[in-house]
Amino acid sequence: MSSIAVPARTTSPWRRLLGFNLFTGILGGIIGFLIGELIGNAIHAKSLNYYSITAGQNDIEILLGYFFGVVGFLGGLGFLNYPIRRLMGHPPTLVEHESEGEGWWRYITLCTDHKVVGIQYLVGIAVFFFVGGLNAMLIRTELLQPNVHVFGANQYLTLVGLHGSMMMGMMTSGVLGPLANYLVPLMIGTRRMAFPRIESFTFWLLMAAGVVLITTIFLGGFQTGWTGYAPLSDQGTAGYDAYIGFFALVGTSMTLLGFNLLVTIITMRAPGMTWSRLPIFVWSVLATAALMMLAAPMLVATLLMAAMDRTSQTAFFIAGNGGSSYLYQNLFWFFGHPEVYIVALPGFGIVLELLPVFARKPLWGYRIAVAGMLGVGILSFFVWQHHLFVSGINADLRPFYMLSTELISLPTGFIFLCAMGTIWQGRLRLTVPMWFCLAWAFNFLWGGISGVFLSSVPSDVTTHGTFFSMAHFHYTIMGGLIFSIFGAIYFWGPKITGYRFNETLARWHFWTLFIAFNSTFGPLFALGFMGMPRRVVTYPTSMQFLNDWVSISAFCIGLSMLIFLWNAVQSWLIVREPAEPNPWGSRSAEWLTTSPPPIYDFERFPVFDSDPYPYGVGPAGEPVVASGD
Amino acid sequence: MTGREHFRRVLWISIALAVPATLLVVLLLAPNMPPGDHTVQAGHQMDDTTILLGLSTPIAIIVLTWFIYSIIVFRERDHSSVLEGPADRGAANYQIAWIATTATIVLFLAVFGSVSMLQDGSGGGQGPSPIAKPDPPAGQAPLQIQVIAQQWQFTYRFPSYRGVETQHLELPANRLIEFHVTSLDVIHSWWAQQLGVKADANPGFDNVAYVQTKSPFKFDIRCVELCGVWHGYMFDTGTVVSDSDFTSWIAQEEQTYAPILKSLPPYSTTYFPDPQRRGG
Repeated sequence: MSSIAVPARTTSPWRRLLGFNLFTGILGGIIGFLIGELIGNAIHAKSLNYYSITAGQNDIEILLGYFFGVVGFLGGLGFLNYPIRRLMGHPPTLVEHESEGEGWWRYITLCTDHKVVGIQYLVGIAVFFFVGGLNAMLIRTELLQPNVHVFGANQYLTLVGLHGSMMMGMMTSGVLGPLANYLVPLMIGTRRMAFPRIESFTFWLLMAAGVVLITTIFLGGFQTGWTGYAPLSDQGTAGYDAYIGFFALVGTSMTLLGFNLLVTIITMRAPGMTWSRLPIFVWSVLATAALMMLAAPMLVATLLMAAMDRTSQTAFFIAGNGGSSYLYQNLFWFFGHPEVYIVALPGFGIVLELLPVFARKPLWGYRIAVAGMLGVGILSFFVWQHHLFVSGINADLRPFYMLSTELISLPTGFIFLCAMGTIWQGRLRLTVPMWFCLAWAFNFLWGGISGVFLSSVPSDVTTHGTFFSMAHFHYTIMGGLIFSIFGAIYFWGPKITGYRFNETLARWHFWTLFIAFNSTFGPLFALGFMGMPRRVVTYPTSMQFLNDWVSISAFCIGLSMLIFLWNAVQSWLIVREPAEPNPWGSRSAEWLTTSPPPIYDFERFPVFDSDPYPYGVGPAGEPVVASGD
Repeated sequence: MTGREHFRRVLWISIALAVPATLLVVLLLAPNMPPGDHTVQAGHQMDDTTILLGLSTPIAIIVLTWFIYSIIVFRERDHSSVLEGPADRGAANYQIAWIATTATIVLFLAVFGSVSMLQDGSGGGQGPSPIAKPDPPAGQAPLQIQVIAQQWQFTYRFPSYRGVETQHLELPANRLIEFHVTSLDVIHSWWAQQLGVKADANPGFDNVAYVQTKSPFKFDIRCVELCGVWHGYMFDTGTVVSDSDFTSWIAQEEQTYAPILKSLPPYSTTYFPDPQRRGG
């Protein structure tokens, strides 16, 4: 791995256009889709749909279209080149499209530079995040009035499903995709990921998945929400095939992403980067990656079964033919509950990573923070049946699932303890990233407390399936993950782009988001208790005031996001004021190199002799500084 | 000020805020929380909610006081300051105390929830072989009622009244009711809010939930599991009425639906209305 200088390519733009890139990928995708349709049409059978709502609908054709389309897309991007080259006896290589001379072309190709993939992820996921957010605005528009007035019931449910799937599917990789891919190699002192081609593969697969999901609006949408319960799924129009394709691809992407990060963190740490010196963010990535690798395959398998039920007339989930609707619920939540911790854990990592920098203190209780993350990770596999407390499934096990679910508040409490200990007697610099971390604590506190109401069977019977549970998971996921992601973007943005954010706009973004978020989701707790179920398009007129309040607050969240977008565009593309090399005075390894880092990351491999938190002064006021290199 | 003094101040502020707040929440808010005290099961759900509110209020106040105090007191006012905090990396005694406290609370909640659930089922669906069977009032067998969910309506069958199937629901007061919830098509969930009953309706599956009614009142019924396009329209109201009103109502219903009773399938815990077109 000593070959650093990759000579700049001198191919002309026209030659590049014909090479392997996004454009040839799209072309390959279209060709593949048509081939799949052709094969699917050939095996068209009569009455493939059990409930046959749509006469003549051929799910085989659509699913094969997606499959071959994705293969064509990835082939067009050049993912098949390397395996073929190796098969033909060429020597192994590590690098694809890694020379700086290629400029922005790297960003639309198979690029093995972890920093390019990180930025690809950041932009790609942001696009889907804003589309998903727009769906939420539309949902709230419909709920301005107690009766249907903008969309029909069908479009409404499709919007609900699109919002849920897009947020849960795409944002699962919301931290591990952009931030972990970008930062973990810098933090542990390596120049690349363990499997750089797989790293790029996970990104392009995720983008293909997003496009597959969006095609659902041309196929009748899907009425199942993001959980896609069977046997309702069996009735679905072809739009549900898009849901299957989407989540199966997302699951594959997640599995590989987790596997890649896990191997990287375990095997590629620089000298001196012992387990007890690993930045806490990397620990959270490690725990999340393990969850991803173990939970996501379950999702893929489940959706393949659902696809077979819809196409080849199996009956995995059809009661009366030997199947069971509980099988789907069990399999889905066996993935689905670790999934929500996949979403939450990286947020813990970001917050605990940022707090020491702004409190100017070492991380308080490093070991217990690690224990908290691993504890959450392990326990998350033993709680999934709390989603089924009223479903009628084996009631004997309910006390166990009640206990295991409530036990998760122990390791989550560790994270709070470490956060509280870290800011205690610090010299708090209340910058925008710091405010986002503090807001994380506020939001996640309510998210966690409301979670206990859902974990105890008697009160769960009151709150299950209502807006209360919806408010709960928005407080943990949006109030937890999204707030910590924004904190991370403001913190590491100057590192990634080399440009400074507009501080005033950033503060406006934070305060509007914080107020609008709480104003949106706080009243939902009350609405849930008042008896408003999730995913309904109508509600009693007595609930209109609160619903209108929530809707208007939700629009304010949208406006707040526009402030962020404007700030990003202005700071990164228009003003481009260079940031200081280390604007926050962080002592972590990623700030040892320039911003943005050069292609080879480090001039020399760093050697670590302490953890990344050598902040603070001793009792006599003497500085306790240990250098990272 | 030393850390110990700061700590004491946070402690006293938390206590000063938490005591009145908890009292207010437990004494004023909790008794007015849904689902209300109309049935035994709903009452037990409220007990659980009260306990949870009573425990979470002080916890939330302590944590929030800690954060807000830190933000105000430990804030660095000088932006160009290079001062650092103490190089404090943790203290075992605080960590142990935290773990012990949270573990105690969690174990208490799990035990309380389990005992409460095993006592009477808490009104949740318990599947075909329920583990918590509340004792009926002396001299009365529980009233069996089957809730049949289909897209997009709930209907009710009364096996002890010749299997009559009604469109709406009335229940006798002071009676133990044994609901058998099932579905004809997809997963629904039967939620009678003020009754305190929530049970999923799965096709081909008998989900049993118990409720012990008290005095007459009206309750709302909604479907809480997404079941297709008109899920949002799957709602109704029901009533708990006196014993004599119930007897006359059910007699009336039997009479009204007598002509179609012949064409209904015989009463069963599950039904499979669709032709079975799979598995070869």
